[in-house]
Amino acid sequence: MGVLVVIASLALSLAFGGRPTSFEELVHAVFAPDGSVADIAIRELRWPRTLNALAVGTCVGVAGCLAQGQTRNPIADPGLLGIYPGAALAIVAGSLLPGAAGMSTYAQAGFAFAGAVTACALVIAVGSATRHGATPLTLVLAGAAVSALAGGVVSLIVLSSDAALDTLRFWQMGSVAARGALLPQLVPLIIVGLVLAVANIGPLNALALGDDTARSLGVSVARARILGLAALAVLAAASVTLAGPLAFAGLLVPHAVRGLVGADYRWQIPGSALFGASLLLLTDTAGRVIARPGELPVGVVLAVVGAPFFIYLARRRRLVTL
Amino acid sequence: MSGAPGLLAPGSRVIRVRTASLVLLPRIAWLSLAALVLLLAAVAGHLMLAGRPVQLSQVLAAFMDDPALPRAVRLTVLEFRLPRTIAGAVAGACLAVAGGLTQTIARNPLATPEVLGVTAGASTGAVAVLVLAGAGHGGASGLAAAVGMPVASAVGALGTGTAVFLLTYRRAQQGFDSMRLVLVGLGAAGLASSTTIWLLTLGDVTNASQAITWMMGSLNGKDWGAVVPALLASVPLLAVAGACGRWLLISAFDDDTARSLGLPLGRSRPLLLVLAVLLAAVGTVLAGPVAFVALLCPLAARFAGRTVVPSLGLTALLGAAFVVLSDLIAGFLLPHALPVGVFTTVLGAPVLIALVFRSQKRTI
Amino acid sequence: MTTATQPAPRDDTALLSAHGLTLGFDGRTVVPSLDVAFARGTVTSVIGPNGCGKSTLLRGLGRLLRPQAGRVALDGGDLAGMSSRATAQRMSILPQTPHAPSGLTVGELVARGRHPRQRWYQQFSHSDEGAIADALAATDIADLAATPLEDLSGGQRQRAWISMILAQETELMLLDEPTTYLDLAHQVDVLELVRRLNQDMGRTVVMVLHDISLAARYSDVIIAMRDGRIVAEGPPSDVITPELLWEVFGLRAEVIQEPTEGRPHVVPLGAGSVKSAAAPGMRAGLQVMSEADA
Repeated sequence: MGVLVVIASLALSLAFGGRPTSFEELVHAVFAPDGSVADIAIRELRWPRTLNALAVGTCVGVAGCLAQGQTRNPIADPGLLGIYPGAALAIVAGSLLPGAAGMSTYAQAGFAFAGAVTACALVIAVGSATRHGATPLTLVLAGAAVSALAGGVVSLIVLSSDAALDTLRFWQMGSVAARGALLPQLVPLIIVGLVLAVANIGPLNALALGDDTARSLGVSVARARILGLAALAVLAAASVTLAGPLAFAGLLVPHAVRGLVGADYRWQIPGSALFGASLLLLTDTAGRVIARPGELPVGVVLAVVGAPFFIYLARRRRLVTL
Repeated sequence: MSGAPGLLAPGSRVIRVRTASLVLLPRIAWLSLAALVLLLAAVAGHLMLAGRPVQLSQVLAAFMDDPALPRAVRLTVLEFRLPRTIAGAVAGACLAVAGGLTQTIARNPLATPEVLGVTAGASTGAVAVLVLAGAGHGGASGLAAAVGMPVASAVGALGTGTAVFLLTYRRAQQGFDSMRLVLVGLGAAGLASSTTIWLLTLGDVTNASQAITWMMGSLNGKDWGAVVPALLASVPLLAVAGACGRWLLISAFDDDTARSLGLPLGRSRPLLLVLAVLLAAVGTVLAGPVAFVALLCPLAARFAGRTVVPSLGLTALLGAAFVVLSDLIAGFLLPHALPVGVFTTVLGAPVLIALVFRSQKRTI
Repeated sequence: MTTATQPAPRDDTALLSAHGLTLGFDGRTVVPSLDVAFARGTVTSVIGPNGCGKSTLLRGLGRLLRPQAGRVALDGGDLAGMSSRATAQRMSILPQTPHAPSGLTVGELVARGRHPRQRWYQQFSHSDEGAIADALAATDIADLAATPLEDLSGGQRQRAWISMILAQETELMLLDEPTTYLDLAHQVDVLELVRRLNQDMGRTVVMVLHDISLAARYSDVIIAMRDGRIVAEGPPSDVITPELLWEVFGLRAEVIQEPTEGRPHVVPLGAGSVKSAAAPGMRAGLQVMSEADA
């Protein structure tokens, strides 16, 4: 059923844009394109954007699920490993380079990816450097520390450079439009991340019972944690590269999915992928429809729609514990 | 005086006078004294070095109302520097104590007032005024900046705090569920900060820069007009928080145990929470959301004091000293003046990492 | 201050009583309109299968759960009208899974039991010190006072918690499964302690127990519950019968007299079918606490 929702969302995303498109035009563009204006709008503008939203949604959803599962902390989000400030730091630092005035989206995405991966590596290194290796607590604290440090340096840079600030303020509004430059290059990585996440399902179910119980169930806790963190790092870094910061989606999706399918990660991980993809496709489409002929970035729509929904979830349910 | 090995926090002393008895933690007392000395040193340093250097003797003379002191020096110390110093101390103490309260109530070291949406709401209010009123003028100034921003940020902070409070409250649950509180707060904070980020993209870049400075937490240009109301609000709030210290000890248990020990949870938790929201609002309206004060100072007080629940007095002193000292260094001693929040962040992050390494045995 | 608006029929022996007590969560009723009284100076054990509402009853009696209807009276006074502090001076409760802030030592934990009797100007009186020392001695953990709670074995930790509510020095003690996590020797230890508290110090005890034979051995009154209702109530020898065990637990068993005191002792023969629902929500071993799923 989740798959059907995704397909429907996909169709909606193709059908609605800055300018209304008829169903015939949509079919025409998909099956028999001949270069009409509608064809170009759909194939050249909406199709890449839709694919990007699909990829980002999947990554963010699964990353959020992994973040919460690995730390057994329901307030964890994909930003756990410091990817957002890390990417932001790389981007503002990049904008200071000579000749960066018209930085291409391609270069920006490259900076974002490099920054996100560096931050992840740093957080995992710091969080694992204690005698007992990485525990949920040390990871969360290391993530908070590295995030804050990178965030502080970002502020420092943008306060001294209006150009950097201009780059940052538009980038930090998460959006799936015109950010998908690196999508083709990232697809293999995303697939690796998803495979790692699926491989992490069994260990996650065991880890949910506590490290000791997991060990007694024959799970290598250290390996399970590294596997999960690697998957989280890859997916989160991909999502921030392709859309900028969408931490709230990563927080919301696992909660909504747990409400639908329960605590078993065999359902939670695929559920988060499908739910995340649908959510991003729908909110991105909504952002295009609401503010015609302009558009609202998906980050704004997510917050406006997602926050009340999240609060509703938190209020209504007796929470599924982690 | 008698020792009570193991029954109280290590090193405690009990002082009894007739039926009255007080538990004294020498470690906390010493640490508080050290924090107080640090605070006074930071204040003195601030008054001397914030700008053109002034001798310590001249600072003291200004306080003594010495007629021999040049008017300009007197004016500098008492009218320009002192308000800013006090603003730093008040904001630091308020934010730190607010953090101590929320961390303990929510039983989560990361549950700072930011998580409750208070600071995010304050930022949204302030940035809205900056961007909407300042558009086209190259930045908000005059009335909009002097009155509009504090009022808007106060409205934002209290509005968000109240909303989170009301949305969390459920009668059937006999009050508040800590996890629900944190989740609702996160939702509200997410909405507020996304709005802020969106607002930032609306105005021109000068407005955005001003907004970023505010959002980092800054004590620039604080005068008596801003400090006096905050001081008047913070003193009773801090006093009430101090009086609730014994409740806080029991709040750290699970709800059933706390209730069976006679803690009126239905009253104590809302009260502590309202206190935390108000303190965070006062601190944020005064100085912006100075990063790390609310997270770090209570944790530092707990680790250094080796107590299970942070001593609020020590937390407040640490917060005040931290902010005043950071502002002195960031604003005046560095080659390039920075908002205090940038500095607390850069200083705070390594400390947090150090805490990670120390948290081997004692989980937070 | 503590007088009930509507004085209950004063029963000199009943220390704690419930009248039409209805308990539940989120609109779901677990214990429907229940009347029960606990006599002063007795040890009462509540037994019943998992999910029968015995812990809920205990939490309702201990004002940890607000009644949906009905009232609880402590010594004739309505519990709802008493302050938390006044209640905590007369009644202590050991919850099923208590949670202490990390880093707390055993001594500090037990000292927290004195909270209801302390004020800001009386933080640690001689009587506090005495009560804590007595409580530590009674539970035989005085030498562990400076040890952090996390470093204890399950049995020691349970004794530390019991020690805490002992330090509360209340005439009434409610214990929710005080013997969980304990080996048989320590179970007997705890129950011997309960008996001493009852016989030597006149404490009234109400506890939830899983082991029927131990309940029979150490209680004056047994209350058997099923589906939120009291099925039988009385002295162990009257209540513990093969018929009742079948009716309440779906357990085929023979009841013999144990040799020391002639109390009933259960010899299980085999479970028929577990009649009452098992603990809800234990799916795939994960603690799913969602009931809004449907």
